[in-house]
Amino acid sequence: MLIRKPADLRYSDVTPKEVYLNRRKFIGAGAATLGALALPSVSLATTKINGLVQMGQYHNLGNEKPSPKATVTGYNNFYEFGTGKEDPAQNAPKWKVPTDWPIRIEGEVMQPKTLSLDQVMKLAPSEERIYRHRCVERWSIVVPWIGFSLSTLLKQVQPTGKAKYVAFETYYDPKSMLSPREAGIPFPYVEGLRLDEAMHPLAMLSFGMYGETMPNQNGAPVRLVIPWKYGYKSIKSITRIRFVEKQPPTDWGMYASNEYGFYSNVNPEVDHPRWSQKIEQRLGSGFLGQGAQIPTVKFNGYGEQVASLYSGMDLRVNH
Amino acid sequence: MNRFLSSKWTKLGLFLLSLVPLGILLWLVWQAYSTGNPTEYVSANPIEYITHYTGDWTIRFICFTLCITPLRMLLNQPKITGFRRMLGLFAFFYGCLHLSAWIFLDPRQNTIAAIWEDIVKRRYITVGMLAFAAMVPLAITSTAGWVRRLTFKRWKRLHRLIYLTAVAGVIHYYWLVKSDVRLPLMYAAIVTVLLGYRIIAWMRKRNAPARRAPQPTTSVG
Repeated sequence: MLIRKPADLRYSDVTPKEVYLNRRKFIGAGAATLGALALPSVSLATTKINGLVQMGQYHNLGNEKPSPKATVTGYNNFYEFGTGKEDPAQNAPKWKVPTDWPIRIEGEVMQPKTLSLDQVMKLAPSEERIYRHRCVERWSIVVPWIGFSLSTLLKQVQPTGKAKYVAFETYYDPKSMLSPREAGIPFPYVEGLRLDEAMHPLAMLSFGMYGETMPNQNGAPVRLVIPWKYGYKSIKSITRIRFVEKQPPTDWGMYASNEYGFYSNVNPEVDHPRWSQKIEQRLGSGFLGQGAQIPTVKFNGYGEQVASLYSGMDLRVNH
Repeated sequence: MNRFLSSKWTKLGLFLLSLVPLGILLWLVWQAYSTGNPTEYVSANPIEYITHYTGDWTIRFICFTLCITPLRMLLNQPKITGFRRMLGLFAFFYGCLHLSAWIFLDPRQNTIAAIWEDIVKRRYITVGMLAFAAMVPLAITSTAGWVRRLTFKRWKRLHRLIYLTAVAGVIHYYWLVKSDVRLPLMYAAIVTVLLGYRIIAWMRKRNAPARRAPQPTTSVG
């Protein structure tokens, strides 16, 4: 099998960023007829995933009903494709994700490995897991992700004794994506987990949702889902995984470490400096899809599974 | 030009035009509700959408209001001032909608205590409230009666509070965005130009006291 380096991948089909259109600016220009003001409908070049396992320990821990697909695929933080919430749904679908997506696993490991997405998907049966997803911005959704535990992939390599953390990196193409100056955060996007967090069975490697492959704006073709942490920890479009000795830098942490800590566990007791985290807006229901305001639960309600990872730690300091 | 500027139809036209953003918002909300497809009209997070939409129009109308004096001076058309009150009141109107959206719709325990906590604890809200509060006396004293009561000189001095609203409004926007500061910086540039124009005009006037500004020949009415 031919596995190309990410530098060889072409994304020439992505719209130039000048074409990005902020809808609010659009309305501000007052240059449109009323009908043209509607948001663009989301196009999804996704395919069905066969042999989906819809049962098991982690299938639906909270017995939740998934949010409407339009909510989950139409409202995203994916700054490479624009900083507005509807920008990724508009811009990312034009991106042609290569089918032979290589994932490099390297760093403090005995033998670095590069696996194609096809190879990764065959490592274990595709499970559907219905997880709550809580954004640091106080909105939340329930998503039927498809994938399996991240540990399944990480076990493909043998970490050295020095490996204490795992660092992840998102694909970045400066020609077709926003520049770090425009987005205000460093690219390529990086994130990190402590090794025991990454190996926790709830931590998920996901390549699909709603029974199909991952829509581009949600982090195609493969992403993390760490349901007990704020959304930005669940890094999208992963190309590189590194085992490291020291705590790796995280993207939003580099932007403002006081606002976005390394752990970023969902925690109503620790305010974001600019807003309280006690209440969240669970999107999707209601006559406008505005959802309901519900109290935020520590570890996003997964404390029973993950709280022991942090025993003895002051989560106010290590937020 | 003079006739156009003093026509009540022009004023009515501007009034209706200023209501268009509200009309569009109501139309979007109606479409979201009636089509059962809300994400296509008011995004998947309508509360945030409505809050941002009304906030955007508040700062825009503040800028429109601040445009009047430079336009009057540049075009030498004193009648333009006749639109200032209406634009200022629309800035206040959209500001009220923005504030109401935040008070009543924001994900928060909707108690007075929680709202007050936000105001004192979150600096972008503190400065946003300051921007709004500075508009309140201006809206109240916007009538001709209040100009008389205060005397024009004192009324004019009071209404310089709009400069505070503009600066605080831009800071509010700059502090609330997460990392992409392009739009807040654009408004900062606009407000800087509009206020900078006044400073330069004021300095030139001070340095050339002999030259008096041309007096309007038509009567005010």
